[in-house]
Amino acid sequence: MPAEGLLAWSWLLIALPLAGAAILLLGGRRTDRWGHLLGTGTVVAAFVIGLLGTIQLAGLDKKSVGVDLFTFINVGSLDVRAGLLFDPLSAAFVLLITGVGALIHIYSIGYMAHDPGRRRFFAYLNLFVAAMLLLVLGNSFVALYVGWEGVGLASYLLIAFWYTRPAAATAAKKAFIMNRVGDVGLALAIFLMFSQLGTTSYAGVFGSIGTLAGGTITAIGLLLLLGACGKSGQFPLQAWLPDAMEGPTPVSALIHAATMVTAGVYLIARCAPIYDHTPTARTVVMLIGAITLLIGAIAGCAYDDIKKVLAYSTVSQIGYMFLAVGLGPAGYVAGLAHLYAHGFFKAGLFLGAGSVMHAMNDSVDMRRFGGLWKKLPITFVTFSLGYLALIGFPFLSGYWTKDAIIEAAFDRGDTLGYVLGGVAVFAAGLTAFYMTRLMLMTFFGPPRWEEGVHPHEAPPVMTAPMIVLAVGSVGAGFALVRAFPLGTWLAPVFGEPKETTHVLAPLTLTLVLVAVMLLGVGLAWLFVGRREVPVIAPARVSPVVRAARNALYADTVNESLFMRPGQWLTRALVFFDNRGVDGAVNGMAATLGGSSARLGRAQTGFVRTYALGMLGGAVLVAGALLAVTAG
Amino acid sequence: MSSFPFLIVLIALPAAGAAVVAALPRGRELLAKQVALAVSLLVLVLTVLATVAFHAGGARFQLTTSVSWIASFGVRFALGVDGIALVMLLLIGVLVPVVIGASWDDELPSGRSMRAYFAWLLLLEAMMVGVFAATDVFLFYVFFEAMLVPMYFLIGSFGGPRRQYAAVKFFLYSLVGGLIMLAAVIGLYVVSNSQLGAGTFAFDALRQLDITPGVQKLLFLGFFIAFAIKAPLVPFHTWLPDAGSEAPIGGAVLLVGILDKVGTFGFLRYCLPLFPDASRAFAPAVLVLAVAGILYAALLAMGQSDMKRLVSYTSISHFGFIALGIFAFTTEAGTGAVLYMVNHGLATGLLFLVVGMLIARGGSRQIGDYGGVAAKAPLLAGAFLIAGLASLSLPGTNSFVSEFLVLIGSFHAVPVFTILATVGMVLAALYILLMYQRTMQGPPRGVLLEESEAPEPVSAHSGGTATVTAPAPVRSRLRVLDLSRRELAVVAPLIALIIGLGVYPQPLLRLIEPAVHATLSDVGVSGTATGGTHR
Repeated sequence: MPAEGLLAWSWLLIALPLAGAAILLLGGRRTDRWGHLLGTGTVVAAFVIGLLGTIQLAGLDKKSVGVDLFTFINVGSLDVRAGLLFDPLSAAFVLLITGVGALIHIYSIGYMAHDPGRRRFFAYLNLFVAAMLLLVLGNSFVALYVGWEGVGLASYLLIAFWYTRPAAATAAKKAFIMNRVGDVGLALAIFLMFSQLGTTSYAGVFGSIGTLAGGTITAIGLLLLLGACGKSGQFPLQAWLPDAMEGPTPVSALIHAATMVTAGVYLIARCAPIYDHTPTARTVVMLIGAITLLIGAIAGCAYDDIKKVLAYSTVSQIGYMFLAVGLGPAGYVAGLAHLYAHGFFKAGLFLGAGSVMHAMNDSVDMRRFGGLWKKLPITFVTFSLGYLALIGFPFLSGYWTKDAIIEAAFDRGDTLGYVLGGVAVFAAGLTAFYMTRLMLMTFFGPPRWEEGVHPHEAPPVMTAPMIVLAVGSVGAGFALVRAFPLGTWLAPVFGEPKETTHVLAPLTLTLVLVAVMLLGVGLAWLFVGRREVPVIAPARVSPVVRAARNALYADTVNESLFMRPGQWLTRALVFFDNRGVDGAVNGMAATLGGSSARLGRAQTGFVRTYALGMLGGAVLVAGALLAVTAG
Repeated sequence: MSSFPFLIVLIALPAAGAAVVAALPRGRELLAKQVALAVSLLVLVLTVLATVAFHAGGARFQLTTSVSWIASFGVRFALGVDGIALVMLLLIGVLVPVVIGASWDDELPSGRSMRAYFAWLLLLEAMMVGVFAATDVFLFYVFFEAMLVPMYFLIGSFGGPRRQYAAVKFFLYSLVGGLIMLAAVIGLYVVSNSQLGAGTFAFDALRQLDITPGVQKLLFLGFFIAFAIKAPLVPFHTWLPDAGSEAPIGGAVLLVGILDKVGTFGFLRYCLPLFPDASRAFAPAVLVLAVAGILYAALLAMGQSDMKRLVSYTSISHFGFIALGIFAFTTEAGTGAVLYMVNHGLATGLLFLVVGMLIARGGSRQIGDYGGVAAKAPLLAGAFLIAGLASLSLPGTNSFVSEFLVLIGSFHAVPVFTILATVGMVLAALYILLMYQRTMQGPPRGVLLEESEAPEPVSAHSGGTATVTAPAPVRSRLRVLDLSRRELAVVAPLIALIIGLGVYPQPLLRLIEPAVHATLSDVGVSGTATGGTHR
């Protein structure tokens, strides 16, 4: 249905932050003084437009509105129009992106106040918001792809924001490359769809996907999954996400926790009509999710860098979301509700971590924290609420949303369901362990601060967004699962929620999960809280801990499988090209020209070479003439 | 307006400009530059007017002119453009003034005059227009060979330390290719003589010939080898890294941006329509070369330490994509390939220019001699990054549209080749971002450091685990200056086109598509990229 009223203007959602980015980048230093206000203003305005648009959408009978903009590419049978699709799913993402985005922009005004590059920072953040909104609002796979790589660029620019630091530059490049590997999967999926169906629009593809052979649909599903894994830091493309913590902390909160890294979940949920036809691909999504949620939770237990622990926690929590959307209709809403709740509490946790770093001279080493609850009361309270929401403390967000995912896994009723559910329960225990460890090392115990550190609470411009997100961390789960069920809102996309028969009684599962959570908390208390935390990480540790500290050797595998053979191959080829290909041709030319030294020293031998060349040409002409007459 | 002899003027004007510039007395260097710039801008304006006069979807060749030239052999001075040639003329029109602006303050090798440099540039422009506008095969051949002369002198007289080696190598390769093509051109004449009763070189007449498959294959190879050297396709490529790295920056931009496109243009204009059976027969072999070239040259680009060589190798990799698009025989891929030719000229042109600006500051082409330039020259770094992102075909830049069209158009026809080619997308990200990181990011270091302040050991920064939130202190000052107003004026139009055509490519696509469709009809393939089989 074509858009009317305000929804016809929903392209402004993308145009406003894009214009903000352009003005700040082209305006240069002239915009230094007010650049952060403009950057924040565009995102706040986008949130207002998104909110009003969503309200208008809620009042419509047919909850799917199209905005046709212009012809992007029209060649042969390929017709790609630039257009937007505003439906309950995209509206949900628009509100998350612009809402959390606006809060993080406000926080950044304080966080980046003393950074000489603050204007550039807001320009990149605006660019990110624009690309992310295009990603979720586009009405075709091409529009999605443009946004998809656009957020990759913004992520690259923001990870490398402090580009004079080699670690930041390397992490940014690594993120871009690993994302590109995933992007190739997404691109190939689009090629395959066009080759088979002749269209790249959602409407066209979803309408006719059922006519394809099962194997083709599975291939499309798996290729899309590869793209999703790259963007969302899922196995086997998870290694870039923890390194991305080199970026400023607001970036970690917005891009690498709340929004961009959940794009993979969006993609799989959006492509529900495709996955409906391919149980195989759907099962792989589920397995990837289960593997990743475990990897992330294990690695999260071993790091001392507060941002890396949160990053592995993100990897793990997105694993839960993948598990959920891999379960199919039973899991879509649960996965998206968790995505929403996670957006609040993880963004809040990262902003809290930023506040801690702010207080600790930008240190991220939890071994040098301790006892901060007294010095940073607001940060402590908001962070604690996010912590409780994440570990699934009863009646906070995670309790509602994560439990729904685990419940849906068990509800499969088969062996696989039990295995996946069991893994998810185990990882929930690990989550409680690593987050409690983080809390204890940061906020409790005796101070282990480095000299010259005088912790102080952050200014209100930073604490206010933390408080808002803490409220979300507490209430979002209940709101989305019980009060205003997300399932009802998303029904036009995924169908009406169905009453399912539960394999395990909900109360039993809840009790098990609470018990596992308490076990994790207790073990953390036993290992960390009870003892004194050594300032230097102990070196003699068990192989398990060593493996966890190395994130289960993902980097080692990547390096020995791809990087080193690649470098070796490149060097060999350079040698071959210089000596082999070029040498052979030079040798031939030298034979013609007299000597290779002549070729090098040029003009003296040039005339003779020319003459010989002419002679060779004449011979060829004669030969060709003969051939033609004979033929 | 359409009766105005655009094409003749577009050749004559820069040629006359070249003569004027060359004839100016010694010491009038500034006037020479001004004349050259004015002439090239006038050519741009006329090219745009010619585009307005051109009716997309009208006759295949428009703005035609034809006068008898060598009557005894049926050679005519025949000009005309289809959509493919027209967009190449537009590219020439844009790049030449940009190159003249970029070369304004070049430091030439001793004893060389700016007048000569600009005269050769204008003469090259005239020859390039001719080669794309010719509709007589013999005339095409003449321009094809004549084009070598100004480029030979641009490299050999005004290039880097090994300029003579590079110039001779460039000349020899092109000459060998040209002579092989000459044989094929003569062969075509002989065939036309026996079939039509009177020999001709007119493209439209030759297109109608019914040549036996065996002869087609021979003649195809004659043209193909010449074009494969020019393009260049692996394994005919080794002259380009030398020529591209030793040429002065302006020459390098025109060499890689336009001259090399004569090769891929030749595939489309001559190989496919004149020898349809041979084209279909050889297509698998060409596709192997194309895809091997994409991957091989991309890996080689990663291994280069010289920035100009690196950019040259990236071009070889990109030419593989163009060849893939042409020989996949679908309208989508073919249109993408032609758009790729234009876009590559803009994107790699910009990359070469920015690399040249960096080299002009540091005096070294080695990547390892630079580091952390962004801290001191953010505009230069920004232009570098945009050029790089266009080179790796990021959506939002022009190159995305063309690469996407080539790949999506080829997938149905040749899926295995296309899947292999997509690996090139990852490799492109690697070679661009590696170069960007090494030169622009990290702590400032290298040849641009102020001599008085000894460079700090770089490892001091990377050691230690403590993460700092503020930028690492810049201990040594960089001597580099950011882009000047002139340099900004040079890069700005290219950046505007890169982004503009990335968002709205339709105007060019509308020009290109009918010509590609007509070409594929000549080959006898239906040219669709979706559903069913089309071969």
